[in-house]
Amino acid sequence: MNNEYKLVRNALGRMVPTIINGKKAVPYQGVGKYRPTGRKAAPPISTCIDYPADGNKVVNDIKTALQKAGIKDGMTISTHHHLRNGDYVANMVFDACAELGVKDLMWFPSASFPCHSQQIKHLESGVIHHIEGSMNGPLGEFASYGKMKGMGVLRSHGGRYQAVQDGEVHIDIAVLAAPTADPFGNANGLTGDAACGLLGFALADSQYADKVIIVTDNLIDFPCYPWQIQGNYVDYVVVVDKIGDASKIVSGTTQITKSPDRLLIAEMAARFVKESGIMKNGFSFQGGAGGTSLAFAIFLKDFMIEENVKARFVRGGSTKYLVDMLEQGLTDYILDGQTFDLEGVRSMRENPRHADTSPFTSYNYHGKGNFATMVDTVVLGATEVDVNFNANVVTHSDGRLLHGIGGWQNCLFSRCTILPIPSFRDRIPVIRDEVTTISGPGELIDVIVTERGIAINPLRKDLIEQMKGSNLPIRDIIEIKEEVEEICGGQPDPPKLGNKIIAAIKWVDGTVIDCVRQVIE
Amino acid sequence: MNRVSTVGIMGSKLRSDCNISLKITDLGGIRINLKSKVAVEYGRSIMALVKDELEFFDIKNAEIEIEDFGALAFVLSARIETAVRRCFPDTKKEFLPEFSDKCLYKTSRERFRRSRLYVPGNFPKLMINAGLYGADGIILDLEDSVAPTEKDAAQILVRNALRRIDFHNAERMVRINQIPRGLDDLKFIVPHNLHLILIPKCEHPEQIHQVNEKIKEIMEAKGLKEEIYLMPIIESALGVLNAYEIASCADNVVALAIGLEDYTADIGTKRTNEGKESIWARMRLVNAAVAAGVQPIDTVFSDVTDMQGLRESVLEAKSLGFVGKGCIHPRQIKVIHKAFAPTPEEIEKAKKIVLAYESAKKKGLAVISLGSKMIDPPVVKRAIRTVELAKNNNLLDRDWRNNE
Repeated sequence: MNNEYKLVRNALGRMVPTIINGKKAVPYQGVGKYRPTGRKAAPPISTCIDYPADGNKVVNDIKTALQKAGIKDGMTISTHHHLRNGDYVANMVFDACAELGVKDLMWFPSASFPCHSQQIKHLESGVIHHIEGSMNGPLGEFASYGKMKGMGVLRSHGGRYQAVQDGEVHIDIAVLAAPTADPFGNANGLTGDAACGLLGFALADSQYADKVIIVTDNLIDFPCYPWQIQGNYVDYVVVVDKIGDASKIVSGTTQITKSPDRLLIAEMAARFVKESGIMKNGFSFQGGAGGTSLAFAIFLKDFMIEENVKARFVRGGSTKYLVDMLEQGLTDYILDGQTFDLEGVRSMRENPRHADTSPFTSYNYHGKGNFATMVDTVVLGATEVDVNFNANVVTHSDGRLLHGIGGWQNCLFSRCTILPIPSFRDRIPVIRDEVTTISGPGELIDVIVTERGIAINPLRKDLIEQMKGSNLPIRDIIEIKEEVEEICGGQPDPPKLGNKIIAAIKWVDGTVIDCVRQVIE
Repeated sequence: MNRVSTVGIMGSKLRSDCNISLKITDLGGIRINLKSKVAVEYGRSIMALVKDELEFFDIKNAEIEIEDFGALAFVLSARIETAVRRCFPDTKKEFLPEFSDKCLYKTSRERFRRSRLYVPGNFPKLMINAGLYGADGIILDLEDSVAPTEKDAAQILVRNALRRIDFHNAERMVRINQIPRGLDDLKFIVPHNLHLILIPKCEHPEQIHQVNEKIKEIMEAKGLKEEIYLMPIIESALGVLNAYEIASCADNVVALAIGLEDYTADIGTKRTNEGKESIWARMRLVNAAVAAGVQPIDTVFSDVTDMQGLRESVLEAKSLGFVGKGCIHPRQIKVIHKAFAPTPEEIEKAKKIVLAYESAKKKGLAVISLGSKMIDPPVVKRAIRTVELAKNNNLLDRDWRNNE
């Protein structure tokens, strides 16, 4: 099957396959160019008379639920990643599938983590044919060396919703871990041993899958409220001992980075936001839990206090630091996409101004608008950027696929996208003539902040004008690149890659923006 | 002769550094076993460097094992040279990396020395970006931060760092070991556009003379002329007593620093935040430095998480007459500069004095007066410095005269 695809050049000049796992794929056409038509996909019509009138949908175990859901070879099984690196459920699901002797499944997680490396045995034995979703760490490594049967497909959080809505991916069975649930299938992430805050990444799965199974370790009497997942979408409920390892789901306390370099970069990014005039009353920004992005929020907070500026909303990745801002009145709302620490979970549970969001509200391409474009500024990471501001978040410079896209692509649509990144890591330059894999087009990336200078995208004449006379080191991206190459010892050698395409990278609209080739050892 | 050597601890990971195990053999040519985090990107260039360097040292047969965690080339070559020297201690040759043109800038006697950032001399990760934080000086430390067994490795690493790392106009400083041991450090650092040497635990002018003689010897042998400044660190009761003699014994002494950890130990007391135990020593040091026409520099503030404490400590130092402070974490630099910055009142007063001075000079007047007060030359000098400091801290427009 892998040899069937034909390659064509997409709008960014990258050679991409037109057939992915036997299905037709559309090459990337440019930002805002591709507009699918027709009607949205829909799950089959269900009828309430087929469900227990007492609302009790509990079945014995995952295996039973999968059998009742009609599991068979070649199906697509989805899971969500709110339990992050503490998740047990995705592993339980495929262990059960293996016991049932099912083959060639497609796993459709909203993201995977190193804790899912045990799926490798199911990939090797043929239980899982391929993964469409982020492949972090060991799974990415496995795929990178060409060991996965099918082609991986990486989508953004919004792109996953888009793919489900426009029928590109049809979920046969969604198995959704729930920190708290009732027998009817209402579920949330606010309480229970495995509390993770919200369950937004599971929303599409609950709404569009043919069959929906809730797996919980904290079954409470009806009603489980708030119902972040509505039981009216749910077919079966399974109770297990533990759905995850709480210590790896959220951290007790999120620590701000101590790395002087990261702090410097974060502070420069925050000063940029202040000096460019983005930071003003009623503005909004997105922060994450990564070291630099967290530090950015803390520096920005200090500037906001100094200048007496208040935000209307902050998009998270919530942590105690954002919660502090909310509670100190520095922002009216937190619109939270995932909760990273216990303070975040508490605040979401208690504070009506700490709202849970989903890829539907925040990122969805087929929505009638989404929040991403309304955010004033966002800070994001990248493994590489090129001199045209195209950026890579999925592969390393050695060609290995090691990270997912997450909400990264979707966030690029904010009014000012800033990448605060080191100019080199362990001797490897981050600014390149060409990135190993394009994950996002340069036209959407406005500012690169490195410890050696800040490069503003030439398309953003307004920002360039605004920053004239600033004390910040505003520099040409090529100048920074050359300085770093001088430090690192010239341009790095490219990796040795084979012809086989091991993964396709989708853009937010479902088109193929780039692909990843097999790494030759 | 020792024919086997190791640099670093094989198996232990240290970012931006590498471990090397070298075995000189009789036969078999050069065999390189490279495990590198950046093998794909820089494996080829690392292999080429290893071959070049071993050839440079006339090593024809050897087994070399390298565990590399993203070391830059100058770090790798320093580690290899250390391994070679440990096998051949009499080696005179030095494998010098190319001098970067970003390492050639000069310093000046009167420059600000408000903050000086200590960087451990055997720790490449902390060196590479040390110049980015805006410190007035970067100290590559060969003394207390380097383990006794690694002094040789640090000498070579610091030498290479002086030739390769852009410290972005910070004054390029090295703290040598205590005299006499520190005299051995000099040949590794003096020829590489070193601006200033910190001499720890200085107690006698004699120690300054010894350093200067050795510098002169090295400079002459290399045909170099550039003056290297000295900052003796006073860290003992005797040093405090001799502070003036030390500060005034040579023209190239530009600053006098106090080190309170060792001083308080020497006088048999404990260092407190309040600092009552060292107030006499600090006042005496300020007085000695000013009398000798050099800058009085305060000790480091060692709690890197306590920014408020640091701020207060700098304000206190400033009030005693100190013009600089040591730092051990980059986050301290900005706090120090801010605390040493002149207040709005100080700036206003300094501006008036400077303008009065300039106008008097223009009119050819010998006596400068402001209102009914006469202004003495030290006051003018101080005012000029205050204005410079204000500009440096963005508290005063560079063009302020025209905006008056």
